[in-house]
Amino acid sequence: MMAIAPGVGYDLVVVGTSWGGLAALRTLVGGLPDSFQMAVTLVQHRHKDSDHLLRTLLQERSSLQVCEVEDKMPLEHGRIYVAPPNYHTLIEPGHFSLSTDAPVRFSRPSIDVTFSSAADSYAHRTVGIVLTGANADGADGLRRISDRGGLALVQDPKTAESPTMPEAAQKAVPRARVMSLSAITRFVTSLPAGQPEREHA
Amino acid sequence: MVVQVSDGQSLPGPPLAYNSDLERLEIELLLEGVYRHYGFDFRSYAYASIRRRLWKRVEGEGLATISELQARILHDPDAMERLLLDLSVNVTAMFRDPSFYKEFRDRIVPLLRTYPFIRIWHAGCSTGEEVYSMAILLEEEGLYDRARLYATDINDVVLQRARQGIFPLDRMQEYTENYLRAGGKKSFSEYYTAKYDGALFDASLTRNVVFSQHNLVTDRSFSEFHVIFCRNVLIYFDKTLQNRVHSLFYDSLVMLGILALGSKESLKFSQYEPNYEKLSATEKLYRKVR
Repeated sequence: MMAIAPGVGYDLVVVGTSWGGLAALRTLVGGLPDSFQMAVTLVQHRHKDSDHLLRTLLQERSSLQVCEVEDKMPLEHGRIYVAPPNYHTLIEPGHFSLSTDAPVRFSRPSIDVTFSSAADSYAHRTVGIVLTGANADGADGLRRISDRGGLALVQDPKTAESPTMPEAAQKAVPRARVMSLSAITRFVTSLPAGQPEREHA
Repeated sequence: MVVQVSDGQSLPGPPLAYNSDLERLEIELLLEGVYRHYGFDFRSYAYASIRRRLWKRVEGEGLATISELQARILHDPDAMERLLLDLSVNVTAMFRDPSFYKEFRDRIVPLLRTYPFIRIWHAGCSTGEEVYSMAILLEEEGLYDRARLYATDINDVVLQRARQGIFPLDRMQEYTENYLRAGGKKSFSEYYTAKYDGALFDASLTRNVVFSQHNLVTDRSFSEFHVIFCRNVLIYFDKTLQNRVHSLFYDSLVMLGILALGSKESLKFSQYEPNYEKLSATEKLYRKVR
């Protein structure tokens, strides 16, 4: 793999949430403009046999294309990807890989797994966002994103339907920016987008 | 260069401590060593997954780097055995994705009834959960006695476990729910006997199963099949290797044979898509048509 040139743009936004996540994700996705350039990956804890309802509900809110991730699906700019139930979603340079490895902290998909792989593949070109949730998943992954030079954002626990997850993320990443959901949406939209990723085999 | 964004703060820059190129070099050297010394070829596995599994083994061995793990496994075959389990055991469940088994029962079983004899290949069967699930399904549909199931895996240790047919007792509640939602016709508990903390499955379920070692990466086709199951195995391979294995499957299927993939796997990203037709809108069931 080629070394990633130190750039200033962001290619990838990863979002983790569990309890209360549907409403939060609808707000976040609904606030992204049609011209949004980064690839957005959403990891929401849900039942292992849940269907495409989450994708459908999010698509209602956005003119950006929303898809449920399949193995080796390419990561394209300006699209929204939903992690499927009962798999871990890993991010490689330019595409997704799935895994059925054991749940992490009782979760599959695990936010930590997706965030860590995003940090490893996209490093400082990653924006990690932890929203409402009733457990501590995502905190370790967000720290990895921050350690690799990426940007860490956390929903203000006071404004979250369930504060546990953002509180844990805030504790794990003291330098994370803490803000309300609408401020997160505005902030992400204001960030510079990177050059489209050349795919690695 | 420092970039200011809307809130006036500067954005963080690239870190110095982590070198992803060096990590990739260490991983490639380790996998090359494993291949040349032990003959197992993981060099074309999906990078993000194998990286995650290797780091878990590094931690499990109490080491600090991938290079230290390389030294240990080359000098200690027991450590290699542990790594092989980490890299090759695919976690699954009986009747995983009940809707898939329901669809198989409703749509594929009628097709299979037209054959006098049915050969089915479970490629990468791991500890056997899906093989037992299929044996139960075929038994209930009255097809089992004209079927032969070939269950293969790269790893002999998991095949031994699959042969034994003992699964954790604490999973039986989940498996029972799956079984019922998959269209099961009996009481699931009729198929096993609880013993200590294991559920021992009826040995007659394996009377038409042949377990054997087969390596999808290096071995060739060994028969012609009417159905090939390979669910959630290819996700661990990179795209090049996936295409190679799809070529093996294509060569191993009879014309109009069925290929069953995991519910989030797709032929869409492989070069074999034009050779198959989709048999289901919701499940990954394909038929070889050209």
